[in-house]
Amino acid sequence: MKDEGKQRRLATQTLARVAVFAALIGVLGLPGTLNVFGNVVPITLQTLGVMLAGAILGSWRGALAVVVLLVLVAAGLPLLAGGRGGLGVFAAPSAGFLAGWVFGAAATGWLVERAGRDPSAVRLFAACVVGGIGVVYLFGIPVQSMITGLSLGKTALLSAGFLPGDLIKAVLAAVVVRGTQRAYPDAVPAVHQERMRAARGR
Amino acid sequence: MNGLTGAYVPGSSVLHRLPAGVKLAGLALACTALVLLRTPLALAAAAVVAAALYALARVGVAAAWAQIRPVRWFAVALFVMQLIFAGLDGAISTTLRVVLAVALAGLVTLTTRTGAMMAALERCLSPARFVGLDPFRLSLLLSLTVRSVPVVAGLAARVREAQRARGVERSLRAFAVPLVVSSLRHADALGEALSARGLDD
Repeated sequence: MKDEGKQRRLATQTLARVAVFAALIGVLGLPGTLNVFGNVVPITLQTLGVMLAGAILGSWRGALAVVVLLVLVAAGLPLLAGGRGGLGVFAAPSAGFLAGWVFGAAATGWLVERAGRDPSAVRLFAACVVGGIGVVYLFGIPVQSMITGLSLGKTALLSAGFLPGDLIKAVLAAVVVRGTQRAYPDAVPAVHQERMRAARGR
Repeated sequence: MNGLTGAYVPGSSVLHRLPAGVKLAGLALACTALVLLRTPLALAAAAVVAAALYALARVGVAAAWAQIRPVRWFAVALFVMQLIFAGLDGAISTTLRVVLAVALAGLVTLTTRTGAMMAALERCLSPARFVGLDPFRLSLLLSLTVRSVPVVAGLAARVREAQRARGVERSLRAFAVPLVVSSLRHADALGEALSARGLDD
């Protein structure tokens, strides 16, 4: 560690990981990337991507990946599910859910960082539920209620319709993260941080 | 994946020529005004103004509709629910407010080049310097992401083909794990390459 400024700067390794994961979240929302059950049920996996970013990159890197994606969306790139993009998505009633992604990825990452060098599937699932569902709804529901003028309770009831799908995504995210981290140990935030620290102390 | 061009419609109207930053500030003001307007009549006037702005920009009906289309079913559902819970006046003004905000934001997108918008947003993000992110790295991060989208989409296509060859097309796990692992490998190789070009110095 040479000096404080160097330590706080965005290392190129981090830069590359954040950029690729922002792109990955975008790609998971592209139509035709993934069709479960043939073409009958179009399932977008973008919230899955948000959970993955948090669980693999860790808290602030995961959140930064989501911020980068949202900045590009605001700039007009059609990177949200269904090819949506532009400033309109931030004026739409679901805008709060997009803001919730940032904090959801951070919360998921924070929890996974504390799960040690070999997080179990159960810990990963819990982290995805808390961050990817709990925190996201915590931001999404009040904003939607504010924009539409419906009461918080009614909005929450409407959002409950998405809950089963989101729970399935959390299970899937836990399974995928577990599989990824076994195949590529550096995908565990705690392991990656240790390695980065070791590289800096060299 | 070659549709990564955004929704910009070329033109030379006043709205096209305004700087992106001014349009963003105007949009913020307009959205605040929409929240403050209470009566259906005032919002109807706002709708006329929005329509006039669209006419001024001459972006065409198809492009305008493409901006509003994603919220069309939501608007219908919202109108019906407000009609039941808040009466006709409330239903009209709430629905109009949502649709107009989306339409105005869409207008900024339609009349601003992606590059100009990204530059304006980068300026908005420049206070990030105080937490240790310098502007150069920030814009590198944005352009790396834009470049990574087709790369990751290509990785996804390759994993799909491999899945088909193995006969596990239906397994989400057999799709997502290799995709995430190969994305990470790509990211770490990219990081090494940037580092080798002296970006860490």
